[in-house]
Amino acid sequence: MPRDTVPIPGKIEKIEILSHDGKLDTKLEPKLPDADLRKLFRYMLFTRMLDERCLHLQRQGRIGTYGPCKGQEATPLGVAYHLRKEDWFVPSYRELSGFLWRGWPVDRYMLWWGGHEIGSSIPPEVNDTPICVPIASQVQYAAGIAWGAKLRKDGTVVACFCGDGGTSEGDFHEGMNYATVFKVPLVMIVQNNQWAISVPRHKQTASQTIAQKAVAYGIDAMIVDGNDILAVLVAAKEAIDKARNGGGPTLIEAITYRLSMHTTADDPKKYRSEAEVKSWEAKDPLPRFRDYLRKKKLLDEKIEAVMEEDIRNELDTAVAKYEQYRHDPYAMFDYMYAQMTPELARQKQELKAALGGDVAPQRETARTHG
Amino acid sequence: MTDVALLVDVGLSFRDDLGIGGPARLDRKQAMAQLTMVKALNLALTEVMRENPNVMMMGQDVGIDEGVFRVTEGLLKEFGEDRVVDTPLAEAGIVGSAVGLCMKGFLPVCEMQFDGFSYQAFHQVEGHVRRLRNRTRGRFTCPMVIRMPYGGGIRAIEHHSEAPEATYAHLAGLKVVLPSGPRNARALLRAAILDPDPVVVLEPKAIYRAFREEVPDAPETMPIGKGVIARPGKDVTIITYAAMVRTVLEAAEELAEEHGVDAEVVDLLSVAPIDNDLINASVRKTGRAVVVHESYRHCGVGGEIVARIVEDSLMYLEAPIKRVTGYDTIIPFFANEQNWLPSSAKVVSAALETVRF
Ligand SMILES: Cc1ncc(C[n+]2csc(CCOP(=O)(O)OP(=O)(O)O)c2C)c(N)n1
Ligand SMILES: [Mg+2]
Repeated sequence: MPRDTVPIPGKIEKIEILSHDGKLDTKLEPKLPDADLRKLFRYMLFTRMLDERCLHLQRQGRIGTYGPCKGQEATPLGVAYHLRKEDWFVPSYRELSGFLWRGWPVDRYMLWWGGHEIGSSIPPEVNDTPICVPIASQVQYAAGIAWGAKLRKDGTVVACFCGDGGTSEGDFHEGMNYATVFKVPLVMIVQNNQWAISVPRHKQTASQTIAQKAVAYGIDAMIVDGNDILAVLVAAKEAIDKARNGGGPTLIEAITYRLSMHTTADDPKKYRSEAEVKSWEAKDPLPRFRDYLRKKKLLDEKIEAVMEEDIRNELDTAVAKYEQYRHDPYAMFDYMYAQMTPELARQKQELKAALGGDVAPQRETARTHG
Repeated sequence: MTDVALLVDVGLSFRDDLGIGGPARLDRKQAMAQLTMVKALNLALTEVMRENPNVMMMGQDVGIDEGVFRVTEGLLKEFGEDRVVDTPLAEAGIVGSAVGLCMKGFLPVCEMQFDGFSYQAFHQVEGHVRRLRNRTRGRFTCPMVIRMPYGGGIRAIEHHSEAPEATYAHLAGLKVVLPSGPRNARALLRAAILDPDPVVVLEPKAIYRAFREEVPDAPETMPIGKGVIARPGKDVTIITYAAMVRTVLEAAEELAEEHGVDAEVVDLLSVAPIDNDLINASVRKTGRAVVVHESYRHCGVGGEIVARIVEDSLMYLEAPIKRVTGYDTIIPFFANEQNWLPSSAKVVSAALETVRF
């Protein structure tokens, strides 16, 4: 009866390609067409500018509470790049760059933060699920979509996102467990941005890394520099290809940082130091990628200025479209069931009456006693 | 460990203080501070934590961030990390581990960051919190508090405006209280923490900072399960709770000034247990009833209230009872939430219908 150390299978790879001070590992550098590299940069910039615009709109009271994604533009974008149109993108709420790449209309995004359900209505040509607020709950349906893809043998892959805090929820564990037990084509990306509102990563889990949780599920994991889009592109391609070829799920921990507040309702000065934020500003994914492309002569100040101007115009148009939107106050009744129940129809009339429209039809009440 | 004697003692006299006549009859001799509900809740937590070293505050962002609404302001600094705990992001973890802490003699106050995320702890609440006393025949008990910001009206995003009181009230073994102002919030939270059984405290976030009220320096408590008359009247009884108390009081003013209708407003403060005597005494006096709450109508607390009136006071009724509630839909995103919520105009027209029946 020996007493032995049990060898646990499972591999955790760490991938960094373009460092924050511009060092490039040319052996690992992904070979993308120039046009694609420039397009990726445009999306990154667009994301940054849209994010700033939304903060501005929030301050002016033109949208509600807003959750910015500044500093986290690289990871969702690098993953979305390798997805096919028919694949699925299952976000939480900080994946704006991915939403845009996948084709979400900008005004829909604003409508969501502006307090309109239509913001969750993803255009039919986009295989994505809406912004998901209950932390990590999306991991479960991501596993389900991937399970369905496997049963249908349709060759599609699901990329799902959550935050470092999200890995503490039962939903994260249950979703990962299902995905791995049924060996479904899921790529699970944890954007470890070091904070869950005011709670730092080290208070969230005693694990040294989030990636190593994969080992317990019996799968491999990768840790990528989530602010290095090249590293994300490489990791995502491997994981997506593996999923598509029947190799099952992969967990990717993307190391990144929320450069802005949690939401506009939050004051990060209460819980984290300026120095920490500064140190991460130096690792900002956007200038890093820009400098890389400048060195490749794919960008220069002139091209960037034109790009910025174009984006600004697109944003103006989107804001105008957003503000033209008029909601139907009665739509709250219309999507509850395939067929509206008589009770709901009555309540809809009741609201119409309250808003000065038609008179509410009454349920019959007997007027005489006994 | 739980000071039931204190509860009964101070509780009974409190009802007289805040009873008929409302805030106007507060005892002016006592030292008072003008507090918002957030500050009043904070005061209650501070007081109880000073008195009883077994009381713990646990939840997401309740420590260094002092709660996303600042209800736990200053607690970490005063009581330290063992008693004011920033938990990992898992509601079932908060409530589930609190069950165990209860078994070790602690009095955990669990914060759910928002109403809509309390469902993530639901299996612990249903399966253990409410059952522990009964299933162990009293060997173990669960004197914890689960508090959460409650309801709509603050232009929040999806899942941050839910009104789950009926869901919790339906689970025997729990008590469910809903304060309607700073003073009763402080007293009810204290009562909830001292109560020997689990109490869900639903804090109407729409009035967290909406107004200030005089709160006496000395700690107060109130009996859980007792309501108050927030406005005396003789023509129609309007029964409500939480943030809707303000809406209803506004409606009552309009009813009086513009329609000559004198409405009596009952503020239940607790929906489990529910103040059967108070409801029926008022309805027997006025002969008419309107029930108002922001939660869904179908299987809502309003249905329970109506049933109690019908069971006990049917022969006193002059008109059918009306319900003014949120509709049986998902509460709309904030651009449209005010159309979903009961408004004072909706309350006025319902009251007039019963009066003119
Ligand atoms: C189930 C649930 N509990 C609590 C919240 C409130 N909340 C919103 S975001 C957040 C922190 C999330 O942290 P993390 O998963 O790291 O994602 P990040 O916001 O950093 O992107 C919390 C606690 C929620 N939305 N859902
Ligand atoms: Mg995070």
